[in-house]
Amino acid sequence: MNLLPWTIYLTLGGALLALAAGARSAAAARWLALATALAGWGVTLLAAARFAPGPGLQTLVDVAWIPELGVRYHLAADGISLTLVVLTGLAATAGVLFSWNITERTGEYFALYLLLIAGVYGVFLSADALLLFAFYELAIAPKYFLIAIWGSTRREYGAMKLVLYSFAGSALVLAGLLWAHAASGAGFDLADLAAGPYTVGEQVGMFALVFLGFAVLAGLFPFHTWAPTGHVAAPTAASMLLAGVVMKLGAYGCLRVALPLFPAGLAFWQPVIAWLAVAGIIYAGVIALVQDDFKFVIGYSSVSHMGFVLLGLAAANAGAVGGAVLQMFSHGVIAGLLFAVVGRMVYDRTHTRRLRDLRALPLHRLLPFAAVTFVLAGLASMGLPGFSGFPAELLILVGAWRTSPVWALAAAAGVVLAAAFTLRAMQLAFFGRAGRLTDAVTSGAARPAVAPYQPITWPERAGALLLLGATLLLGLRPDLLLNWITPSLQSPLFQAVLKGGAP
Amino acid sequence: MNGGYAILARALAPEAALVAGALAVLGVDLAWLKRHPADARRRAVAAVAALAVVAAIGLALAVGRIGSVAGGALRLDTLALAVRLGVLVLTLGALGITPGAPALRHPVEYVAVMLFAAAGLALMAAADQLLSAFLALELASLSLYVLTGFDKTRPESAEAALKYFLFGGMAAAFLLFGFSLLYGLTGSIGFAEAGAVLAAPHAGPLAAVALVMVLVAFGFKIAAAPFHLWAPDVYQGAPAPSAALIASASKLAGYALFARLLWAGGRPGGASPGWLTVVAVLAGASLLLGNLVALAQSDVRRLLAYSAIAHAGALLLGVMTAGRAGFGPLVYYAATYGLASLGAFGVLGAVARAGGGGRREDLAGLHRRSPLLAACLAVFVLSLAGIPPLAGFWGKFAVFAAALQFDGPTGPAGGLALAAIALTAVALYYYLLILKQALVAGPPSGGGGRIAVPAPAAVALVAAAGLLVLLGLFPSLVLGWF
Amino acid sequence: MSGFPWLSAIIFTPWAGALLLAWLRRLGPAVSRWLALAFSLSTLGLGLAALAAFHPAEPGYQLVERQQWMPALHVEYHLGLDGMSLLLVLLTGLVAPAALLASWRQERTPWLYGLLFLVLQGSALGVFLALNFFPWFIFWELSLVPAYFLIRIWGGSGAARAAYQFVIYTLGGSAFLLAGFAAIYAVTSTLDFPALAAGGGLAARLGHPWATVAFLGVFLGLAVKVPLFPFHTWLPPAYAEAPTGVSMFLTGVMSKMGVYGFFRILWPLFPASLHAAAGTLAWLALGGAVAGALAALVQEDLKRLLAYSSLSHVSFCLLALFAVAGAGPAGAAVSVAAALNGAVLQMFNHGVTAAALFACVGMLEARGGGRRGLHDFGGLRATAPVFAGLCGIALFASLGLPGLNGFISEFLILRGVFGLAPGFAAGACLALLLTAVFLLNFYQRVFHGPAGAGAGHGPDLSGRERLTLAPALLVMFLVGLVPQLALGLINPLVTAWAAGGPRP
Repeated sequence: MNLLPWTIYLTLGGALLALAAGARSAAAARWLALATALAGWGVTLLAAARFAPGPGLQTLVDVAWIPELGVRYHLAADGISLTLVVLTGLAATAGVLFSWNITERTGEYFALYLLLIAGVYGVFLSADALLLFAFYELAIAPKYFLIAIWGSTRREYGAMKLVLYSFAGSALVLAGLLWAHAASGAGFDLADLAAGPYTVGEQVGMFALVFLGFAVLAGLFPFHTWAPTGHVAAPTAASMLLAGVVMKLGAYGCLRVALPLFPAGLAFWQPVIAWLAVAGIIYAGVIALVQDDFKFVIGYSSVSHMGFVLLGLAAANAGAVGGAVLQMFSHGVIAGLLFAVVGRMVYDRTHTRRLRDLRALPLHRLLPFAAVTFVLAGLASMGLPGFSGFPAELLILVGAWRTSPVWALAAAAGVVLAAAFTLRAMQLAFFGRAGRLTDAVTSGAARPAVAPYQPITWPERAGALLLLGATLLLGLRPDLLLNWITPSLQSPLFQAVLKGGAP
Repeated sequence: MNGGYAILARALAPEAALVAGALAVLGVDLAWLKRHPADARRRAVAAVAALAVVAAIGLALAVGRIGSVAGGALRLDTLALAVRLGVLVLTLGALGITPGAPALRHPVEYVAVMLFAAAGLALMAAADQLLSAFLALELASLSLYVLTGFDKTRPESAEAALKYFLFGGMAAAFLLFGFSLLYGLTGSIGFAEAGAVLAAPHAGPLAAVALVMVLVAFGFKIAAAPFHLWAPDVYQGAPAPSAALIASASKLAGYALFARLLWAGGRPGGASPGWLTVVAVLAGASLLLGNLVALAQSDVRRLLAYSAIAHAGALLLGVMTAGRAGFGPLVYYAATYGLASLGAFGVLGAVARAGGGGRREDLAGLHRRSPLLAACLAVFVLSLAGIPPLAGFWGKFAVFAAALQFDGPTGPAGGLALAAIALTAVALYYYLLILKQALVAGPPSGGGGRIAVPAPAAVALVAAAGLLVLLGLFPSLVLGWF
Repeated sequence: MSGFPWLSAIIFTPWAGALLLAWLRRLGPAVSRWLALAFSLSTLGLGLAALAAFHPAEPGYQLVERQQWMPALHVEYHLGLDGMSLLLVLLTGLVAPAALLASWRQERTPWLYGLLFLVLQGSALGVFLALNFFPWFIFWELSLVPAYFLIRIWGGSGAARAAYQFVIYTLGGSAFLLAGFAAIYAVTSTLDFPALAAGGGLAARLGHPWATVAFLGVFLGLAVKVPLFPFHTWLPPAYAEAPTGVSMFLTGVMSKMGVYGFFRILWPLFPASLHAAAGTLAWLALGGAVAGALAALVQEDLKRLLAYSSLSHVSFCLLALFAVAGAGPAGAAVSVAAALNGAVLQMFNHGVTAAALFACVGMLEARGGGRRGLHDFGGLRATAPVFAGLCGIALFASLGLPGLNGFISEFLILRGVFGLAPGFAAGACLALLLTAVFLLNFYQRVFHGPAGAGAGHGPDLSGRERLTLAPALLVMFLVGLVPQLALGLINPLVTAWAAGGPRP
């Protein structure tokens, strides 16, 4: 486990080296970035292999940093953090593979990308609230530049909106944390802040600030509007990372900071959060159903899936929260796949994302690998059993049922919506020209005159297979992750806020 | 008495070194360099000046904290030492970026006056009596007025200098009047007695008038609303190194001086000082006005001016809480803010030297024209915006934490801190717009070739950026002193 | 014997075949078709082997396989066989190869067609054999994927919309099914069907009103699949637009998945709720039977006609079940046994006959150049007497002519329902009457009368086509003349149900 801080350091080092390498050649930067991402992921997997699940955070590093301000450099991890850093490593590696075709300012691109990853690793491993916040904010500048420089549709607007919302959310978090710090008189260590003591009124207020601040980044309705715009504007690998991992930062912040520190606050705000989450699931699903831009469908589907995570957190029992963490991992992988297909495989070749245009192209024949990948990813996104989304959503529904069955029923409707919009997008984009009787009646007949596209490159295949493998593995063996997550929820900090039976 | 003068001489050694350096610069140039080409002259005097500043730094460290000196005229405590060092480092930085800025007609005199200004500012940090404070303030201010008007090729420079002088003169008059009232009320020129009068909540109408006068001058010096009107023009019109000095060292010294004055009386009976509410109002006004008007600016320097007003609001929070939290947060924030501003002006000066104007669009494509400048600008602007792990973040954080601890979220300091946190999002927007031009946009089709940055300027900029990163990773280096 | 996992072999052999097809796809269409057929036949072979090893008189599940899968979630890989599931496995073994044979001439990427078909077959088998909700639901949902693509890519002109509607409806129902089971799991922490069924069902454990809500959820999911009137609107387009082989499988096997669900899940877990709702549900089933028949009467498109006919026949099975559930303990044991025997047997019989009928319509369509209207043909008896004969047998079996299999099951159902709810029996008779009318009409218009404008001058049945129909026809006679062959498998099970089985 003590290896885990090296994920941060290796990635930071890699970022600097990539910047330098980029000045020499784009290929050098790419390979260096891939090596760094793989190294980071490798470290997380090594740590996972040696991990002994148990309640409570296991400290990795704890040194005094700024005693005058009460901030310590305290890194720690438990099963939940481990799950998420493994996801980060996977998403980072896949992201680098899908960025293989970036030729403009390649060194800077990978430097910013790795800097973002390092910040994300840092958030998942922090056990001091201010340290967590500092890593969280570290990720802001790279997000802006990644989107503004290498993005596509309305990139400057999308970048600014995403960053400002993100920053506003973090401002709320800072306000809440400072208030808690002033009221408790202790340092910023999570355990110290949790100890207390706060009046119920203070907890309600502090919870509102901190939870809302983090939830904005997680895409809580109605503060989610930055997400579709920002993700559509971002370049493919950035969208994969943003929707796949960075949104999880928000949910993680809610879980790690807001919930254990202010349980009375959660008790007060629980129904509001749950209903907003349900509203997000349904609203985003309906909007996704009528989009014409393929990438917007995926963007809204991310908001809808994150609604499930927030619902799980709001239900606040061990099963639901475990399901929420599993959903974080599952959606991280699936969102990565979906954006990869839409952005890299399809858009980079067809230069259009409008479903109306794609419908006229027989993409299932021109890009069969992309079609199959999208079908599988789409099925996973719909929550089809056999893929990782199913056990996650099942656990969340079960957990939500325990707290309030109405929420579970409303969320189940969201599952149907997800099926509908995913199917519609898949139909229009890939199979628009399938099954027409006028189409090639016998195999080998003359194909319609469409220029063949550049074949799917090996990095794209590798990335897609990696992610597909992950979602299938998790779909058939979710206990691999649940064995880490469930014991972590037994820690005293969580027990104070979670009610309800075992999964 | 002899002992007294000896100690005074020791205490003033850094300032003496600076003055000597200024005279040496003038002398060297007069004696030897009149015939040499302009470049050589510039380099030579810059070297001499830098030497003087380095010597001053060494002397300041050597003198250290010796407490009250010369019958209470100066107090060399931690605050004085830290601020002195800060001022000197910033002056060194300003000297460094001078070659990078558009060349001036009288570079030698420029450097000399800069050293005089530095001397005045360093003295401000240590002043503990009304008269020594005023003296130091005037020395610094007059030098800064001159520095503002130094660019004979642009009418804005002269206009800015005039405005600065008029405003400054008025403020000085107010200050003197206030000081005389304080003397009348206390019978002493020491800060402690004056501070006690200022802090007493209901000390009578005269005390109130004195307080207002003092605050007017304070507000002017740090460009807090509503005494900020000089700032945009001065920031825009002055030559880049002058503006850098004004934005950084002058502010730092100003905060130190007035914070010392206001808190010198201690906390009367543990209650809040009487001036707290008024200062809170100033802080709130500055935060609002600075952030909101900055949104509308298209000239980068004016934008920096308005953002300076916004930062002034936040720094006033540091002043308000210094009684409880000490001067650490205030000094850290002001010093790192100064570094970042200095750096930003350095970059702008280099761009101006290459023919660019002052608007945001003139920064377009900087990443291609000079990756060094672009990278450094990114560090400076992000530090101003308060993004970790740069020092600007910890400065804001320390001040806000102290404010919330002072009187909770509902008190004036806490409430202002919350408002300030909210407004940082607004600030991020206009700061990112600058970086958008510099790092995202491509170079303009017509102009915009590579910008060559002279070595001293490059060193100064990189050192400033590096310092911001270092202090961001290890804030205790500064905070640990207090 | 006990060591070999027969049931897993039954399920996964077709999937292994699918993988092999993908790997060997470049070897040409002929190889793909034969390979697909071979793996499809494996079900029949393995099913017969299971039949040999099956002891009908033994209570409970046989050939059980049980493995821990996810202990943390109480999920097990649990498979088991009883008389009903065995019958359905054999049904699948008969229908699937026949469907592949019927699609032999299909030219578009045969390897992909075969692959999807085998995946579908394996999933259906999984539904019939799984006894823990998690794997069961995986198979249930997974069956939709190949079905969607099979309809979409190889279907007719309206296939896009039909496929979309089919999937969305079924997924919608499944969402409620999932929600229902989530509720069940939340309370009981188990997903095992036998465990849940023990102790008279879940009503006591879940408590009012959540027992009702869970019941409704599970009901909706199953009702859409069968389909039960009025959740049936996806059926006619899907059956009509799908290619012949897929229609055969849809009507033969997939509709039985829903009915099986009613018997395996809804009734044992919620006997009380089903008893309470049985009155309404019986009306729905009757409605489906009658409305289906009425709609079939007015159809011009032969496939739609058969689709509505399927709706009608399947509703019979459910009518029997609802009658039994509605009667509760008050029902006479003889009637209950008759109804249940009839219902289960009808699942098998209808599967065989309906598949055969769709195959016939497929052959008509091939001769008619793509047309399949009721009035496009005529006088085929003269030019294709074997075709007329075989198709006629299938039609009469569907009609319920004594001597053929349909008669036994329909008689048993009527006998049982009459003893439990006479009014409904009368209504069911009406449906039977209407069925006779449209089926005879079908026969008359297509095979008798003047030659139609369309075609009908094609050759008689080829060898392959005869082979497609032969097994089904054989079964129709066998079961018709010696019903004990099938009833022997299920009677002990039904007796157990009638005696002390799921009751409120």
